[in-house]
Amino acid sequence: MSNESPLLSFEGITKDFYGTVVLKDVSFTLGRGRILGLVGENGAGKTTLMSVLFGMPVISETGGFSGTVKLDGQAVSFRTPFDALDAGIGMVHQEFSLIPGFTTTENIVLNRESVKPNPAVEVFGERMSVLDRPKMRARAESAIGRLGVKLDPDMLVSEMPVGHKQFTEIAREINRDNVRLLVLDEPTAVLTESEAEVLLAALRNLAAQGISIIFISHRLHEVLSVCDRIVTLRDGRVVKDTDAAGVTVADVASWMVGRDVDDAGRKGAARDLPGAALEVENLWVDMPGETVRNVSFSVREGEIFGIGGLAGQGKLGIPNGIMGLYPAGGTVRLHGQAVTLDAPRAALDAGMAFVSEDRRGVGLLLDESLDWNIAFTAMQIKGEYLKTYLGGLVRLRDEKAMKALTEEYVKLLDIKCTGPKQKAKELSGGNQQKICLAKAFALRPSVLFVSEPTRGIDVGAKALVLDNLRHYNRDFGTTIVMASSELEELRSICDRVAIVDEGRIAGILPPGAPLSEFGLLMAGQKVSEEVQP
Amino acid sequence: MNRLKQAVTDFGWPRIIIFLFVVALFIGAPFVKVRVDSSFTDVFNRFGQNAVLVLALVPMVQAGCGLNFGLPVGIIAGLLGSTLAMEFGLVGWAGFLGAIGLSLPFAVAFGFAYGLLLNKVKGEEMTIAMYVGFSIVTFFAILWLLLPYSSPNMVWGYAGKGLRTTITLEGYWGLILNDFLALRIGENFRFPTGMILFVILLTVLVGFFFRSKTGTAMTAVGSNPDFARAGGVSADRMRLTSVILSTVIGAVGILVYQQSFGFIQIYNAPLFMAFPAVAALLIGGASVNKASMLNVIVGTFLFQSILTMTPSVINSILQTDMSEVIRILISNGMILYALTRKTKVTK
Repeated sequence: MSNESPLLSFEGITKDFYGTVVLKDVSFTLGRGRILGLVGENGAGKTTLMSVLFGMPVISETGGFSGTVKLDGQAVSFRTPFDALDAGIGMVHQEFSLIPGFTTTENIVLNRESVKPNPAVEVFGERMSVLDRPKMRARAESAIGRLGVKLDPDMLVSEMPVGHKQFTEIAREINRDNVRLLVLDEPTAVLTESEAEVLLAALRNLAAQGISIIFISHRLHEVLSVCDRIVTLRDGRVVKDTDAAGVTVADVASWMVGRDVDDAGRKGAARDLPGAALEVENLWVDMPGETVRNVSFSVREGEIFGIGGLAGQGKLGIPNGIMGLYPAGGTVRLHGQAVTLDAPRAALDAGMAFVSEDRRGVGLLLDESLDWNIAFTAMQIKGEYLKTYLGGLVRLRDEKAMKALTEEYVKLLDIKCTGPKQKAKELSGGNQQKICLAKAFALRPSVLFVSEPTRGIDVGAKALVLDNLRHYNRDFGTTIVMASSELEELRSICDRVAIVDEGRIAGILPPGAPLSEFGLLMAGQKVSEEVQP
Repeated sequence: MNRLKQAVTDFGWPRIIIFLFVVALFIGAPFVKVRVDSSFTDVFNRFGQNAVLVLALVPMVQAGCGLNFGLPVGIIAGLLGSTLAMEFGLVGWAGFLGAIGLSLPFAVAFGFAYGLLLNKVKGEEMTIAMYVGFSIVTFFAILWLLLPYSSPNMVWGYAGKGLRTTITLEGYWGLILNDFLALRIGENFRFPTGMILFVILLTVLVGFFFRSKTGTAMTAVGSNPDFARAGGVSADRMRLTSVILSTVIGAVGILVYQQSFGFIQIYNAPLFMAFPAVAALLIGGASVNKASMLNVIVGTFLFQSILTMTPSVINSILQTDMSEVIRILISNGMILYALTRKTKVTK
């Protein structure tokens, strides 16, 4: 609307990490006093782009980037985040970087405190000056006033509700005299709806005062309600750069997830599957970063059930909780039998198996040989691969049987290794993942949980892992519950896909459902709600 | 050539260098008038004496509890067993086996309490273990005076109560293992067949234990406790089991040591017993999280050979009597070296 030069412009930003392109030719501009919404799935490149803007060391350490960043028409290249701060860019992180034992005022003016000189300053220098508390308080109050919210300047941060912490953090950024651009990374993620409303109002307030804002969020309706312009990133490219007016949540959702919109429904006809294998009611799981609040679903016998959703929403908590690896509560019934939660042994004894998303941390004995890795759980749970000596008095490891088992799976899953005695740490990521699968297969479970089976492995290995899962499901009738951040992957192999948002199931869709519907569920909207025009 | 290189890497350069050093000492010994045959006798005696104590460290290392600097806990159990056996007047084989039998209940009970404590301080086991060792030794230094022992062979002559600092095993079960089927070649060489057989027996038993289901679970807990937990194994229980096992083997270890040494040493004697054992295991190539039977045998042999040979050879070269000083110097130097060599596992 205004013809003046934009405050910030990205021109052809390209960045790769060791050959993996994460940003490709990203260009867009941001005008003065405008709010720009930056949206995209996990891994679309939002964080990397902001790191480029701020001159985070991780960018220069990995070979820098190409393209130019212009601030006020001047090409800038910040070497450290401090340079960016000096240039008038403020960043509000998702994690609170406040000092809990300090008051609002002290946090807001931290390291920029107003001081009074005293005689000691003459002798010992600036460091001996005394805080000018009334002035600090006045400055804090003015910053809070600019935000247009109510904050007690004397409250300790540790005693605040989360919303107030978020406001304090924003107030600290705008307290700087020269602040022109504010970047907010998922500022509403921890807020309740009413708190988020207040925050959005505050943002409009700031924009009206001429501060430009980049707003990163996966809550699309908030993006739409506050932003003037929306930039959608997908796989490191800008796929859409448009005015926010007239755009619907469904539009943005399909821009975000849509790879090939026509590939929907490429799977065969829905299978007709008998009764329930696994019933979950009111499950909660206390897994750090993946809290599950209240989840109920039922999985049919022989089904591949997918659990999707954005990172941190709780999809990984579901399998981890049912398998007893994190504190959990609720009811889980396997073939009608209640399963004891909080006890991995009980879950395994009941006939469930788990392939963890934390391959190196939980999934493998890195320092042990492959045969140990594959046979261990079956040995401990079922007493297999043990040989009896002295008429049943002693039972020792049956190395021969373990070797045979390992060779069988090496052949079956096409694991590249030098033999059953190779150490697990020497294999590549994809082959390690196959070892984890083999470990679970060796238990011959009736229900198999698989968590992020393709994380961190290359494309070829991904296809192989998914094929193996599908074959195992078809050949042995094993029910599989698979949690994954890759929607495409879930849609390609699952019979039904549940999307988890904020620890609850937002909806369950057939894999052939339109991508925009998945996108809406991930953005925290119930499918039943009418999409607003 | 490649295979040779691989074999050398597997065995480890430190061990090869120490081994060559030991060989050099043996070759040089006759030139400074140190008798090789009696040196060999010493080496074998010391090897047998200490091997079981080194073996006692293995279960805790395998279960991820680190090096058992609290070995004195097991040693105290062994001392209780042997003093009780003497008090009851058991002699010969009955005495030795009785001492083992009497020490077992103490070892299991102490090990259980010690294990519970170590489960509460995961990550700091080694430091805590060292102070547990120091504490129990000093606590028992009081008890040795107060407990109502009355056998005249053990208590102070002038007071008639309180145990002496060293109690001779002569007439009880001194050298009972060493003399069993002992091989005498020439005037100065004696091979302590019985003791070596006993060491081999225990080593094989522990080796078999680690091939059992429980042993496998214990190794997995040491290698990756999260993996073990996801596999339905209780890491805490495995750690507790390993500490009890370590303590029990430690108790047997000190009994083997005593019968070869000829004396029961109490009060402060067990205080620093853990260090040479730890050093031997590390020199044998064990890491803080992995130890094998081969590490025990090789490590004990190398460590004890150096400890036997260096003082006597250097003493003869220097023509003075400072063997004790040199022994302390060498043994602490080796411990220092071994502790700097400790390797960590992949995470």
